[in-house]
Amino acid sequence: MEEALRFIFEYKDEIFIIILSIFLGIEVISNVPAVLHTPLMSGANAIHGVVIIGSIIVMGHAKETLPMVLGFIAVILGTLNVVGGFVVTDRMLEMFKKKKKN
Amino acid sequence: MEQITKIIEFSQEFSVLEISYFLASVLFIIGLKRLSHPATARNGNLWASAGMFMAILFTILFHKVKMEDGTYEGIGNVEWILGALAIGTAIGWVMAVKVKMTAMPQMVSIFNGMGGACAALISFMEFQHVPHELVQAHGMLNGYTISVMLGLMIGSVSFAGSMIAFGKLDDRIGDVKSPLLRYFNLGLLALLVGLFVYVVLLPAYPGMGIIYIFALLALIYGVTFVMPIGGADMPVVISLLNSFTGVAAAMGGFLYGNRAMLTGGILVGSAGTILTILMCKAMNRSLLNVIIGAFGGNAAGGVEDPDKIVKEISLSDASVLLSYSQKVYIVPGYGLAVAQAQHLCHELDQLLASKGVEVKYAIHPVAGRMPGHMNVLLAEADVPYEKLVEAEDANGEMNSTDVVIVIGANDVVNPAAEDDPSSPIYGMPVIRAWEAKNVIVMKRSMGKGYAAIENNLFYHPKNRMLFGDAKASLQKLVMEIKSL
Repeated sequence: MEEALRFIFEYKDEIFIIILSIFLGIEVISNVPAVLHTPLMSGANAIHGVVIIGSIIVMGHAKETLPMVLGFIAVILGTLNVVGGFVVTDRMLEMFKKKKKN
Repeated sequence: MEQITKIIEFSQEFSVLEISYFLASVLFIIGLKRLSHPATARNGNLWASAGMFMAILFTILFHKVKMEDGTYEGIGNVEWILGALAIGTAIGWVMAVKVKMTAMPQMVSIFNGMGGACAALISFMEFQHVPHELVQAHGMLNGYTISVMLGLMIGSVSFAGSMIAFGKLDDRIGDVKSPLLRYFNLGLLALLVGLFVYVVLLPAYPGMGIIYIFALLALIYGVTFVMPIGGADMPVVISLLNSFTGVAAAMGGFLYGNRAMLTGGILVGSAGTILTILMCKAMNRSLLNVIIGAFGGNAAGGVEDPDKIVKEISLSDASVLLSYSQKVYIVPGYGLAVAQAQHLCHELDQLLASKGVEVKYAIHPVAGRMPGHMNVLLAEADVPYEKLVEAEDANGEMNSTDVVIVIGANDVVNPAAEDDPSSPIYGMPVIRAWEAKNVIVMKRSMGKGYAAIENNLFYHPKNRMLFGDAKASLQKLVMEIKSL
């Protein structure tokens, strides 16, 4: 019990951010029309590519060969997620824009 | 009482880095908000990508780690990082630009899997770096170990699951239906959780061996988790895995005390979960049902009736019927999309309109492979926005419609959803095509739809079938109408 309390106290800032972000995510998404479900999923998909920052940190402090190689792969994978995600989302939404002009 | 003090170490660079992370988080939030409104969606995507670019740039420039001797070390191997960024950008860009609009769901799944794999790799490498002081003070029960283990588990499941989802959407992998698999999955999940608890409760660092096993089990679980889920439920699964990856990214943020990763990840995690639930609602399915999976598998629904007769319609009859109608509804489905016939479909609708026929499209929320997918595809073919009618509104007009043309759609016009409680899709909202005066179903064969269930609309007295590839049939139909 004491361990758990200590844990919560130690990470109170992070836990606070997590709780607020959960509600924010729900709030931001509610009332989205069904038409936008796919682009929105794709856009959110690109945003979680923020994990790339972690891979840059790992790669940036890697000293030996194996971490270097794995870090290199991780950065490539993260970039794929970010770039691919945003470009695909943009392509989908481009269609909607064209539709509005007509 | 134990005193916990924090020494604040300040430098301008740290401050700038943190500010860039605040801004990135704000841009993610604004981007996501704008993405959820049609008018601002594209712009929102740009906002979010600007936030991402900033977070990446400032991390490379200003991120520093405190070394054991008290000095700070900035990001090294910059040339390698930039190289990897360049390779990833080139591949990602080409993949995203080259992919056909019909294959969009698969692509999202692949990119999602990449993010999951990235998160898993980070956690995998960081496990051995658990700080000695932490282990000495609290054993393995500390934030570092917990976030690493969770990141590894969720990231691996997301990666493996996304790859399977990709394979299924691309028709490379079939469904594996077995009640045994359900128990196997439950057992595997229990084993994963057990191993997690075991490691966390260890008094000392156990070495990497156990992590290899943990990662392997998580990967296997990712595969077996998605394997039994029916193809029609894949969008929901991708959305779910999407939010998983968000949580895995947030675990990385927890690990590094990185606010941008934490907010970005959790935001996607919670928004993705809500989106998953919204998608389930659009199909009238519960999330639990999707995961446990009863869709399309044991297709007992629809008792075989030997008296069922399928009537065919000839091209000339179809063209005459259409030309002399007042109101025609087109119900497009994935078959139209795979045949790349959306442009021809638009041609048909313009041709009929020139003859004074009122033509509209009835768009089911899950027409295509994903919610909103069909709208994107038809928009690509320049079909005006006003002609796309949502299923519910279209149903109100069915009585006054002369002909409904169902092109490559199946499950979304299945009457079983309304009148057969034993059907797996019972309760799903459908387009009531059978209420119109005539129905023409354009289809390649009498095969079942994506949900693999019998469709009684094909045997309906009002219905006539026009067999053949959607593109070829439409082409012939357009020719025939022109020659009238």
